[in-house]
Amino acid sequence: MEMHPWLPNLGDLREMLKEIGVKDVEELFSDIPKEIVLKRELNVGYGRPLSEYEIARRLEELSEMNAKLLYPPFLGGGVCPHYVPYAVKMIISRSEFYTAYTPYQPEANQGLLQALFEYQSYMAELLQMEVVNSSLYDWGGALAEAILMVNRINGKKKVIVPTNANPNHLKVAETWVKGKGIELVKVKYNEEGKIDVEDLEKKLTDDIGAVYLQTPNFFGVFETEVEGVVELARKKGALTIMGVNPLALALIKPPGEYNVDIAIGDAQELGIPLSMGGPSLGVFATRWDAKLVRQMPGRIVGLTKDSFGKEGFTLILQTREQFARREKATSNITTNEALMAIAVAVYLSLLGRNGLKELAEEVYLRSHYATKLVESRGIGKRKFLGDFFEEVTLTFPVEYQRIHEKLLKAGLHGGLGIDDYSAVFCFTEVHPKKAIDLLVEKVEEVVKNVEAS
Amino acid sequence: MWRQAKWDEPLIFEYKEKGRRGMLIPREDEIRKAVSVNIPDKIRREREAELPELSELEVIRHYIRLSQMSFGVDTGMMPLGSCTMKYNPKVEELSQSLVENLHPLQDISTVQGALEMLYEMQEWIAEITGMDKCSFQVPAGSAGELAGVLMIKKYHEEKGRRRDEMLVADTAHGTNPASAAMAGFKVVYIKSNNRGLVDLDILKEVVNENVAGFMLTNPNTLGLFEEEILEISKVIHSVDGVLYYDGANLNGILGVARPGDMGFDVVHVNLHKTFAVPHGGGGPGAGAICAKGEMAEYLPYPIVEKSSKGYSLYYPKESIGKISTFFGNVGNVARAYTYILGLGPQGVSAVGKMSTVATNYLISKLRGIRGLELPFPGKYRKHEVVFSAKPLMNDTGVTAFDVAKALLDRGFYAPTIYFPPIVDEALMIEPTETETRETLDKFANALKEILAEAYSDPKKISSTPLNTSVGRLDQVTANHPTTVTPTYLVKKLREENKIGALR
Repeated sequence: MEMHPWLPNLGDLREMLKEIGVKDVEELFSDIPKEIVLKRELNVGYGRPLSEYEIARRLEELSEMNAKLLYPPFLGGGVCPHYVPYAVKMIISRSEFYTAYTPYQPEANQGLLQALFEYQSYMAELLQMEVVNSSLYDWGGALAEAILMVNRINGKKKVIVPTNANPNHLKVAETWVKGKGIELVKVKYNEEGKIDVEDLEKKLTDDIGAVYLQTPNFFGVFETEVEGVVELARKKGALTIMGVNPLALALIKPPGEYNVDIAIGDAQELGIPLSMGGPSLGVFATRWDAKLVRQMPGRIVGLTKDSFGKEGFTLILQTREQFARREKATSNITTNEALMAIAVAVYLSLLGRNGLKELAEEVYLRSHYATKLVESRGIGKRKFLGDFFEEVTLTFPVEYQRIHEKLLKAGLHGGLGIDDYSAVFCFTEVHPKKAIDLLVEKVEEVVKNVEAS
Repeated sequence: MWRQAKWDEPLIFEYKEKGRRGMLIPREDEIRKAVSVNIPDKIRREREAELPELSELEVIRHYIRLSQMSFGVDTGMMPLGSCTMKYNPKVEELSQSLVENLHPLQDISTVQGALEMLYEMQEWIAEITGMDKCSFQVPAGSAGELAGVLMIKKYHEEKGRRRDEMLVADTAHGTNPASAAMAGFKVVYIKSNNRGLVDLDILKEVVNENVAGFMLTNPNTLGLFEEEILEISKVIHSVDGVLYYDGANLNGILGVARPGDMGFDVVHVNLHKTFAVPHGGGGPGAGAICAKGEMAEYLPYPIVEKSSKGYSLYYPKESIGKISTFFGNVGNVARAYTYILGLGPQGVSAVGKMSTVATNYLISKLRGIRGLELPFPGKYRKHEVVFSAKPLMNDTGVTAFDVAKALLDRGFYAPTIYFPPIVDEALMIEPTETETRETLDKFANALKEILAEAYSDPKKISSTPLNTSVGRLDQVTANHPTTVTPTYLVKKLREENKIGALR
């Protein structure tokens, strides 16, 4: 190869080698045992370097293989489809942001640091929790880190998790904490789809390190007994971890007002595209308590002054981190989801106080409208009667798989099946009334057909 | 001369005007007539979140100004050692159209195009690393390490044995011991010998039936290739230990040698380093965790599988479970995919060579400068080189920290400093293959000038930077229990005397 846009020194190779004082490139690798030096080209890509045009064609070809849907899927389960404004995309495409790395040199990265500080501050305001880190990978990872943090604080090896929490989050947490021998103790949910407080009381023994609860939970239902759960946990000397959808916090009481110890969640719904689930943004926050803050995972940006007395920003409390503490660090995390945190800050800035509430209401209303339509047509009903947000679990008189297949044929992607007859559906501002009406109509066709036969 | 923007841009929360907004939300008035918001009293939010109220232009101008006070690869050379800050080809952004609107829980029949991309990437990263199978469950390098050590733990458990110790080289990235500890291992450091390499004699002494595995970076963080790697592999395997490859430094040997051929069993790859995914101001990255032989059955799930019926998801028999909630950072795997397409087999195979040439060229330009010392001399470096500014500090009091700040003033980002810990006053420089020879010359000259100036006028260097948006930041104020301010909420509460010191 003589020239390539991303390998500028191919043409200077001979002179550079001369400057180094070697006769060929191989000499630079003479310390690698001969038997393991690769004697062929790697078999990757498509035979030769592709031009940008050819890459674009290949991407189009692949895109063609994905199904064309009339509307975004009616799927939630941890991430939900939303519209991401161009202003957000433009800002996170700024080279100074997206080609930067962790601001190890704060003087040259003030803007990046300020944007991350603003993200932390937005989350603090929504959550009413004083300390927020600048991102973890996703909600599942944040739950795992919260459980590991609890273990560092009180040394206990059991954490209560409700079975109405997102099962994928629980699977992630289970994987991460297994190495430390931490056990997840499962608590049942009641007929309303909410955490079963009696079962919780029974299992809340002295060796429980923390109680986790998620609201709105996996079924879309609001937990209404948070206060009671927090009180129970505190009495037994357990910490509390609350998982929340930050968008719902425009309408419901924030974790800080319940005085929980750790709040987690995923900020994907605030300006981050689906991207098959990643990159996303794990939210992690604690109360103003040194015992908690000193054990927090992840990077934190803080406010300070520079040598001229001007306000400035820098990474703070770094003695918690892997590069400083190695095996005694609070987490191994290094690369996080910083750019996504900036996207969320920009999105929330655009929404503002009024927009946030309006969006949350719109989403709430659409999920209720869809549910009302399904129930009034007699083609399905809510599996759980508690009030819900954005997502709702519907049970149908016919097998959900049949409905699902029929919907796909019509260019619609239904909800996530959770048992033979039920599925969790998600409705947001990208599902207009027309789309919801069409969805219900198609479901009705299947139900009526099956009933007729 | 380089100058960075110095906007006095307030925090976004300090814009106090009311009654503006930056975006409209699609509203269905008919739906609003049909149903209403009725949150149970007990859980309703009473006090609204205090968000600013800004027009679209105000928001844009605010963040554009912030971006102008930041620094990325597109701004100038970022020689951060072990971070592989190479150029991020713009075509990568095109790849988002393939995946950005796909929901992770969609029926797999509807995402076959994305799965084909993931499948090809699994195959290519396996080929590049010499492994059998890869999983993209890991969103970044340290998550890859955690997955790797959990796999090693489970491997031994399945064989009915308890192994508590994880070996880590003393030159290792801090993430290695942190990951091993997260998985419940006791970390045992292997000292480097006087050549900057793993001390084989010490290794042989330490390895016993209680050792689960060895986490190794090759080339190591000094940029040196572990030339006794085959012997190291033998020693670890003699007790059925697992050899783990930290892929952070893969860029130095990409296309030249493969971890699988060296005897490694499990490998993680940082797609945001070696495969040019933009670093995003700290993330998101993307990772792959790969393994060969028996170890491949322990990989996190799911893995994409190909059959006559198309692409489906595969769950390895002994899988450790899930590391990400869904498929990992698919958006960034797609970016790396376009990078590999654009380089082709010839380009990918040339990366290790060209990054190594860049490093050694830079060394030849910097060799013999007064104040700098090259520890463990006499060997060619691979992707990076570590110089020590200890002579400079002894002679003038100017530190590696000061040199880093002075580089900022000359339009370069600073190298990684004070790492690895076995080198005093370390300057860890990784130029990558994407910087031109002229840029390498300019960087070398800037460093030379700084060192010369440090001898003639040390105060001048220790008062840098002056050309950045702000001067040196006060770390004491930043971290002191009475002044530490991690959020605007804390700032407000402190001003209202509603919170005390963080003790």
